[in-house]
Amino acid sequence: MLLPLGVTVLDAAGAGWATASALLLRPLVGQLLANTFLLIGCSVLCCGAIGTAAAWFVERSDVPASRAWAVLLVAPLAIPPFITSYAWVSLSPALQGFWGALLVVTVSYYPLVYLPVAAALREMDPALEETARSLGNNVPTVFIRVVLPQLRPALLGGMLLVSLDVLVEFGAFALLRFRTFTTAIYSAYRAGFSGAEPALLSMILLLLCIGCLCAEYFVRGKARYGRLGRGVRRGVARYGLGGWRWLIAAKFTGWAVLTIGVPLGMIIYWLAQPGDAATAPVGDSLADVAQAAWASIYLGALGAGLTMALALPLGILASRYRGWRVTLLERAAYLAQSVPGIVVALALVSLTVHAIHPLYQSTFLLLLAYAVVFLPLALVSVRSALMQAQQGLEEAGRSLGLSRIAVLARVTLPLAAPGLGAAAALVFIAVTTELTATLLLAPIGTQTLATQVWADTSTLAFAAAAPYAAVMAIMSIAASWLLARRFGAASVLVPASV
Amino acid sequence: MRVTAVFLAAGLTASPFLAPAQTITLYNAQHEQVVGMLTTMFTKQTGIKVQVHTGEGPDIASQILQEGADSPADVFFTENSPELILLDEKGLLAPVDKSTLAKIPAKYNAADGDWVGVLARENVLDFNPALIKQTALPASLLDLARPEWAGKIGFAPSDADFLPLVSAVIKQDGKTAALAWLNGLKANGKIYQDDESVVAAVARGDVAAGIVNNYYWARLETDLGPAKIDSKLYHFKNADIGGLINISGAAVLKTAKNPEAAQRFLAFLVSKPAQEALGQSEVDFEYPLAPGIPPNKLLPPFKTLQPPAISVSALGDDQEAGALLQQAGLI
Repeated sequence: MLLPLGVTVLDAAGAGWATASALLLRPLVGQLLANTFLLIGCSVLCCGAIGTAAAWFVERSDVPASRAWAVLLVAPLAIPPFITSYAWVSLSPALQGFWGALLVVTVSYYPLVYLPVAAALREMDPALEETARSLGNNVPTVFIRVVLPQLRPALLGGMLLVSLDVLVEFGAFALLRFRTFTTAIYSAYRAGFSGAEPALLSMILLLLCIGCLCAEYFVRGKARYGRLGRGVRRGVARYGLGGWRWLIAAKFTGWAVLTIGVPLGMIIYWLAQPGDAATAPVGDSLADVAQAAWASIYLGALGAGLTMALALPLGILASRYRGWRVTLLERAAYLAQSVPGIVVALALVSLTVHAIHPLYQSTFLLLLAYAVVFLPLALVSVRSALMQAQQGLEEAGRSLGLSRIAVLARVTLPLAAPGLGAAAALVFIAVTTELTATLLLAPIGTQTLATQVWADTSTLAFAAAAPYAAVMAIMSIAASWLLARRFGAASVLVPASV
Repeated sequence: MRVTAVFLAAGLTASPFLAPAQTITLYNAQHEQVVGMLTTMFTKQTGIKVQVHTGEGPDIASQILQEGADSPADVFFTENSPELILLDEKGLLAPVDKSTLAKIPAKYNAADGDWVGVLARENVLDFNPALIKQTALPASLLDLARPEWAGKIGFAPSDADFLPLVSAVIKQDGKTAALAWLNGLKANGKIYQDDESVVAAVARGDVAAGIVNNYYWARLETDLGPAKIDSKLYHFKNADIGGLINISGAAVLKTAKNPEAAQRFLAFLVSKPAQEALGQSEVDFEYPLAPGIPPNKLLPPFKTLQPPAISVSALGDDQEAGALLQQAGLI
């Protein structure tokens, strides 16, 4: 799991100080840092403001159809950011660059703020606000002085998740021609294959990601605004907006058009346009699309299988045993969450090109990359599923003479099955929409939906990319919807609350 | 589906049961649509399947270098000669069959016969007549580094097609002058990711002129239709460095697992049917190098071009050019 980290450090160390400082002190690196920080700063503010405002109106005001908005506001999470990016850049090439990147990041990632903030608003004790009101404060003052401080952990946590996702995102920025560390690592990898330069750039990116993860852990761990009383709390009051409620509803509609309407609308628009053989690197016949869809499903299923096979023993250890070794193992898995897909893929290429050559360009290597990247995602669901399977029932099974293995097979796993299924489905969705590792590691001749969209859009052949993007969007949205129906909204929202 | 395709392919060959289905691995740095057309034709003709791995020329070349003897590649096919020269210098290429080399004028092949030229593309200036008059365009590519061009020029230093141009300037005027030229371009220019983005930017009026290969403009014209394209091409004359011809070529790797089939693929690339298809189809916009084969009708005849007199071997590999681009802070 931490192998990619080690390989990256070794590759980077192989450069020596002189080369390393020459490569790292280039003007390009400064520009990348500036780009990255500027984008993170702006997108965190935009996502924070929009996410919080949307959550407040949905949870605390009498805006019409608040249930529908609650669903529509989360839906963008089911559309992969590079599909959103494809839609916007094909709408207007003027969106290439910083403003386009900010737009795409904001519409794709604001649910990461909306979700925790909305949850916090639901859980809040109305008594505090009522007290503040009774002391003569108006609604905006109450929001700033009473509500906002209570939202701080949720808001900061969400913002840090946005930062982390901006740091590791690759496809969306590459299509927008906006240079960040991931795109620079990709070009450096392609220009010098697995040399020292991509490893050095990866090191900087890793440090930034680990910084984010630590900050998130700190924010989550320290700040708690809990209620002391255990009594039942009253339902929260909704504020009447009067005539304004229609204006807010109109704004929500506009926002849904931006976040869901444009991506899906552009795909449909391009589907109706004839593709051009001259500009499209990839054919868009039905057979081509079906073959790519099959490759995506096949890799998704195998990837989910391998990831679950690794997550299950770890989950059992984490939920049934205590001790520093278990804690260390679990933390290590979460640390892997901060390792971007491109770094994992790069490390695996560097490891197999000579040392373990039979694995080079093999399907197994690609699956291994998926397992490393998505293990933290699977682990969260697996662990909570196992926690819900009552230990008392296992003990009963043991006392009736079943062996440990038999208890696992006949008691624990059946009890945890729905949660485990949800975890596998989540990994499946994640794998089918994954781009970076797939681009670097796919065996020669293997094309997935994601790599085909990539090949077409990199040469601006938008019409040819449309069928692939459409199949991908349908698969992702359908799977998310099924998950949400079957296991409740929480199952889809797991990635946001990791 | 794949199984059906194999049966279809087998059915079309002359003696499917005598020759077992063979496969070659092609490391490709030509455009995917061009290679897609060629490999389909090749498989139909010979029954040999082609596994394609695509990327930018310099990237694929360095991948082959890193893979060394472990490389799964049989054939390398690329847009620009410097990458082939680099691999040849490292001793990674096998000699090309004499009969294949004979199909192409010798000056477009490797001097030592280790790779064969297939297509040629011309460096041009793409301009938007609404933003700049043709008469205001410079006599030389080097003029674009002058201050009066500030804000008017777009280029893509990270595109593989820009490297040979830098190599040529180094060859003609030396490294110091080439670096000064790059710094001037950097100060004046808008930087894009690739030539596709440059032609698109010129056509929509984002920038007045752009340094590209002729291929990209012709492809955009074919895509949009002649009525809708707002940009034109300007050809550098009088053997100016800006009119450099890039040679696209192919080679068989020394470590090829299937050298015989790989040589057949090279022979196919320079054969009349393949070269004619490249010239006639609406998929490729380069000059077929086999004599007497006309290019796409959007291209001016090859003999009207006035390229600088720098031979492919004089142009050499692109290592110096890459280092210079890094020094100028462009990549």
